[in-house]
Amino acid sequence: MGKKLKNMTDSNLLLLITIVIFFLMYVGAVVFQGKGFLKAQTFFNILNENAALIILACGMSLVMITGGIDISVGGVTALVTMCCAVYLDRHDGNVGFSIVIALLIGLAFGIVQGYLVAYLDIQPFIVSLAGMFFARGMTTIVNTNPFNVENAEFVALKATRVVVPFMGTINKKGKYVDAYVEIGVIVALIMVILLFCFLRWTSLGRSFYAVGGNKQSALMLGINVKKTKFLSHLICSILAGIGGYVYFLHVGSGAATNAQGAEMNAIASSIIGGTMLTGGVGNIIGTLFGVLSLATIKNIVASAGLDQAWWTGITIAAMLCIFLVIQSVVMARKKK
Amino acid sequence: MSPEMNKVSKKSDFPGSLLRNQLFIPFAALFILLVFNLIADPSFFKITMSQSNAGNAVLLGPIITILDNGSELAILAIGMTLVTAATGGQDISVGAAIAIAGSTLLRVLCGTNTRPDTLRTTVFAAFLISVLVAMAFGAFNGMLVAIFKIQPMVATLILYTAGRSIAAWINNNELPIISTQASPTFAYYGGYIPGIPIPTPFFIAAACVVVILLVLKFTNLGLYTQAVGINESSSRLNGLNPVFIKWLTFVILGVCVAVAALIKVSRLSSINYSVIAKDIEMDAILAVALGGNALSGGKFNMVASIIGAYVIQMLTTTLYKFQVPSDALPAYKAVVVILLVVFSAPAVREKLERMDIGRSKKTGGVRA
Repeated sequence: MGKKLKNMTDSNLLLLITIVIFFLMYVGAVVFQGKGFLKAQTFFNILNENAALIILACGMSLVMITGGIDISVGGVTALVTMCCAVYLDRHDGNVGFSIVIALLIGLAFGIVQGYLVAYLDIQPFIVSLAGMFFARGMTTIVNTNPFNVENAEFVALKATRVVVPFMGTINKKGKYVDAYVEIGVIVALIMVILLFCFLRWTSLGRSFYAVGGNKQSALMLGINVKKTKFLSHLICSILAGIGGYVYFLHVGSGAATNAQGAEMNAIASSIIGGTMLTGGVGNIIGTLFGVLSLATIKNIVASAGLDQAWWTGITIAAMLCIFLVIQSVVMARKKK
Repeated sequence: MSPEMNKVSKKSDFPGSLLRNQLFIPFAALFILLVFNLIADPSFFKITMSQSNAGNAVLLGPIITILDNGSELAILAIGMTLVTAATGGQDISVGAAIAIAGSTLLRVLCGTNTRPDTLRTTVFAAFLISVLVAMAFGAFNGMLVAIFKIQPMVATLILYTAGRSIAAWINNNELPIISTQASPTFAYYGGYIPGIPIPTPFFIAAACVVVILLVLKFTNLGLYTQAVGINESSSRLNGLNPVFIKWLTFVILGVCVAVAALIKVSRLSSINYSVIAKDIEMDAILAVALGGNALSGGKFNMVASIIGAYVIQMLTTTLYKFQVPSDALPAYKAVVVILLVVFSAPAVREKLERMDIGRSKKTGGVRA
């Protein structure tokens, strides 16, 4: 019980660091970058841009809590966009079935990767590295050239906006402009709430933490460790399928270069959000703030005039590095 | 590397001992690929003598291409094997690190002028600087892994993300080109030296292999990395410094990266930050796995890894020969990786050995 309590304080400490850093960054952005950041729509745009990433990062956190990792999520996203795009455009398909395709792709990856990791005891990194290369390669095999989807039903769905009440701004002409979010954001927020409840209040969710914290004692508690690991990879890949579809809804095109580096951003968000790589510690709310912090940094970098592509890569890597070292220090302190 | 293993396996009967030899996997893969190519298209083995653009007589043919293009991979496999053995993880930033080392090399040679008429220093001096830079990045990775105890693959993920951005930043996103007027000899490292019909990268790779084999023979590097990989705490109790040894393997990999970068940059006489050495980390890890080395660390066989590297290159060349587009290659290689790791997984091995009726009792103890 004492260990559990200690773990929880760690989790809360890391979560607190993330939330504080996010608010500091946002306030800093408002102060230094002008009033653009003060508009609600700027914040909603960050959500719109990163809805898919939120879903991917939630799945990633889930796997990382059980002590695994899954770097195939970006590849799966690209594969989903391409398969759905080809189905909708070339075969004149309907939107409902394209969602099923996305889910099936995620399910297939989840079953194979989960089985290899959980039941054959192969390192999750190697398995998902192969998964990533397989997904990227398959995307080009399905279709080489990127193209925009012009399926009417899909375009209508893509253009659907959800108006957020009372958050609009008055533009220069004195007209009230509604603030809006895309459907993807709603999906992402539902996923966040579902997963938060799942991890906090179901026994299966609690067993994720137990397996990640200490496999041996989880086994002694009567938890089916293999099944839990399998499920974590399965859920992560299905979320990658859903995230892939949300990404597809946002960009509206199928391309092999879609979601390049998404796995990296998802891992970075999870780590920034206080999920421990060693497993057993993590929080979905933290992950949400991790994504938001990452996105805010990107926006600050862009609006500070450092818009050369390399600055984004370098800042994300630097931030990831700092948070990894913080975690390592926290772990070292706990051992003492 | 494995006299003990041989002794053990000699006890069992013939096919079993052959199957258990570590060199069996890479050679079997090589054999399968050779037979496949022989049946599909015998011209695979044709080697012709012809004139190159520079007017030298050079050897051409798929086999020569494999020896040529496999060089960088073989060099990287050396460092990757050591890192794998000591840390039980892999460095996935080697491709990005090659971009950094190559970019540094060009920056030193060309300065801010992207089309120089003369080089600012000798190639050797620039190479030394790029080795230092690559070693520094290796040391950074090593520090994260050894001191901060971050999983190697996640620690190197940082450089994997930032590496190509840093490489572009070093040269201010310009693409310097070294013309033959500026330096007639620069293209030799990735091409041919006049009068020698065999591509230079092959010699560079061979030199690296000889150096590492001598180092392994005359120093305790091999013993120490394996000891750390097998059991870190007991190696510490035996007076080794696991932190330093893990760190050292990453620095050695840094040197390998710089050599590979020299060849890569010399091939083009230029650089493309987003494409240079793309996906090479996958191939390097695959080479180590194909060499029969456990990706979870511990014992390793350097020769097997290097043969593994050339087998991977042969697979690539074969796939290209059958008109598989380069973007689709990873899918095929991923299948190979999965098959390899599945067959080398302890759970599967146990099952296979249980299927070996009668032999299971004798070998069960060895495997465990």
